[in-house]
Amino acid sequence: MEGNLNALTTIFTEFYYWVTIVMMFLIHVGFCMYEVGVSRRRNHLKTLMKNAMAIPLVTITFYFFGWWIYFGFPNGPGIAGGLVTAPFAEPWNPLMGTHLSGVNPGETGVTPTDAALWHRLNGVFWGAFLFSITTASIISGSIIERVRSGAFWIVAVLVGSVLWILDASWGWHPQGWMVKLWGYHDAYASGVVHAIAGGAALAFLIVLGPRIGKFKPDGTAREIPPHNVWLVTIGLFLIFTGFWGFYAACNIPLISPATIAGQITGETWTATNIYLAPTTLSAITFNFLMSLSGGMLAGYIVSKGDPFWTFSMGLCGVISTSAGNDLYHPIQALLIGAIVPSICYKLHYFVERRFKIDDAVGAVAVHGYGGFLGVVVAGFMLWGQPSSPYEGFAHINPLGNFAGAVLMFVLGFVPTFIVCKILNSMNLLRVPAKVELEGVDFALNHAFEASVREVGAAEKAMIK
Amino acid sequence: MSTNGMESWAVDLKDVGAIYPFQGSEVVMVIIGLVFWIGWHVLQTRQENAEIEADMAADRTGDETRRAIDRH
Repeated sequence: MEGNLNALTTIFTEFYYWVTIVMMFLIHVGFCMYEVGVSRRRNHLKTLMKNAMAIPLVTITFYFFGWWIYFGFPNGPGIAGGLVTAPFAEPWNPLMGTHLSGVNPGETGVTPTDAALWHRLNGVFWGAFLFSITTASIISGSIIERVRSGAFWIVAVLVGSVLWILDASWGWHPQGWMVKLWGYHDAYASGVVHAIAGGAALAFLIVLGPRIGKFKPDGTAREIPPHNVWLVTIGLFLIFTGFWGFYAACNIPLISPATIAGQITGETWTATNIYLAPTTLSAITFNFLMSLSGGMLAGYIVSKGDPFWTFSMGLCGVISTSAGNDLYHPIQALLIGAIVPSICYKLHYFVERRFKIDDAVGAVAVHGYGGFLGVVVAGFMLWGQPSSPYEGFAHINPLGNFAGAVLMFVLGFVPTFIVCKILNSMNLLRVPAKVELEGVDFALNHAFEASVREVGAAEKAMIK
Repeated sequence: MSTNGMESWAVDLKDVGAIYPFQGSEVVMVIIGLVFWIGWHVLQTRQENAEIEADMAADRTGDETRRAIDRH
């Protein structure tokens, strides 16, 4: 790092991403509480572990290949160019470890520029990309109480470390082919994280089937109430909090015009979105809160004060505006955040009735439909705006964003459907009906109770 | 045509003001926002009235109410 200003900028950026990672981890605390709150008492432990173990699994696989996919595939490859070399993202590269700023002797492929840029920021920027875990966790809640944990973990790696990061490379990378050719704009990942996860969750649910007892013999659905509404509520509040960190992690906090390939002129340094186009933390703070408010207010009305859906629609409000929240006016964020979740709520019950899909937490509606519609709406709202500061990129437009939204949903749906079909054919997808009825914690609960009885009996025997 | 007037980011940022879509319609947007807010109170009050009336009508004998008191 040459010069005090460069050093300060690098260290500020490093600290900035570190803070976002800590905040984002709250999403997973929230997801764990939320899922346990929704599941019935006889399924708590497996439900918790199913979701929690996605954290280490997606983390290590993201290290092995997810990080490299993001930098290697922005051209498709084969759509806007070939495969891009990204030595700093290869898991065996010294730049993935503790590193100062020089090029290691004998290191191939690493330029002084790579070394200078990535020596301190590689790990912390990698950590900020752990929306990967979030993408996997979104699916987790839908499939509770009947899925085999191993099946979910395989899909978690597929979606969290391969599929979402592939679409991020295409539509959420400053040089992504969807941005270049279609003008795709999805600043805070309505499509890149949420639509793809919603598509994957829907595919999983179709193959997995509903919980025993969810549908009456005549086909109408029963409500299976959450075990603990308090846990659900606190979980969702934590998800909201973590989501704020996620928003910040989708920005570059401070960058000089000269660094953005000289496209932005003048001397004014700026925060940018992931596409390196200017935005402000002020804008996203305002818009995040307004979209959350719109979702909660509309959710309260459409669900007639149901706490579960009021909170979920708040989340859906944020997701549905995320594609354009770097550029919306706060009132626009409020209204989009109110209207889209109301549609998603209706769609959830329509799909449940019509196709007998048992989505225990409404994740397909909140994330899938909310994310999809959010991308579509951004295409209209931001029509004609530059998607990127780079010359020659397509401008934001409704067709590009609609095609992008479809691509996101399908990219989540199709591979997940195929993998779930394979797992199902191997009898690895769903627990047997007897285990489902007993509760997936049956053996664990019996062992726990036996231990309690044994210890209690021993303690009572010591009373004189 | 661009909804925020920006056709390119190849500009000096010190010369750029607002970058949200449909600038100039702030007053209209605020009015719509206010209508949304007031409308929410109207709808919420109607829903709550209906719910309270349904609660009142649901337990003519008082047995459910006694059981609710016991549960607490």
